[in-house]
Amino acid sequence: MSTQPGAQSGPQIRPAPVRKSIHVNAPPEVAFDVFTSGIGRWWPASHKIGPADLDRPIIEPRAGGRWYERDVDGTECEIGRVLVWDPPARLVLAWQLGLEWKYDPDLITEVEVTFMAEGDGTRVELEHRDLERMGAGAPAMREAIDAPGGWSGLLELYSQAAGQ
Amino acid sequence: MTYANRMVSALADPTRLSVLEKLRDGPRSVGEIAKDMPVSRPAVSQHLKVLKDVGLVGDRSVGTRRIYYIDPKGLGAMRAWLDQFWEAALEGFKAAAEAEAAKSTKEDK
Repeated sequence: MSTQPGAQSGPQIRPAPVRKSIHVNAPPEVAFDVFTSGIGRWWPASHKIGPADLDRPIIEPRAGGRWYERDVDGTECEIGRVLVWDPPARLVLAWQLGLEWKYDPDLITEVEVTFMAEGDGTRVELEHRDLERMGAGAPAMREAIDAPGGWSGLLELYSQAAGQ
Repeated sequence: MTYANRMVSALADPTRLSVLEKLRDGPRSVGEIAKDMPVSRPAVSQHLKVLKDVGLVGDRSVGTRRIYYIDPKGLGAMRAWLDQFWEAALEGFKAAAEAEAAKSTKEDK
């Protein structure tokens, strides 16, 4: 059997970026500051990488800075790094956690956050993009599809929704 | 509407769900999917587009044909997860930023 031209690169799914937009009743300076140096005040504590309890995530305030979590036992786990540091208007972070929720130095997905004055407050827009890169180095994850929240989970969710 | 909701509503159409079911056994072209279905090829294409937009299905060209397949790496699920994650995280961020703004306003007075 001959190989199809271009078959080597294999199929690739390009999920659309995750986009969020929210109005915050705070000036851009405050919003930017709370998003970055205050990340420990809003980051969901349940979302952590290390085995120990989360102390807080930390974003170093400069381009090239680290983005990591510090756990209560002092362990530090990388999440990614700062790509663009442009307070109070714009922040681009590299999210370097793959499908298995593990840090991968070769994986870069971008999280861009912009802060625009809107009335007395700020319009905060977030885009998490290049999600297709998450699949690049990972083994085929059939189990992800069968995991809760994956394929089976979705069908279950669907049947529940349909049954209502 | 959260992404997971969009994904669920993408599957809420029984025909669309059948289209996805057909891909469970392996990659298929639009024609192959439409063959045993009571809907037209353009309708199947439209359903595939919706499934592609939510990240459940991908496509690639093989010769002159376009082949559709189910996301083999769980990217759709990952995207749904991230969508929910950022939704919740930004709500928390909004509360924290507004608390901070209220505090500095008080200090100014």
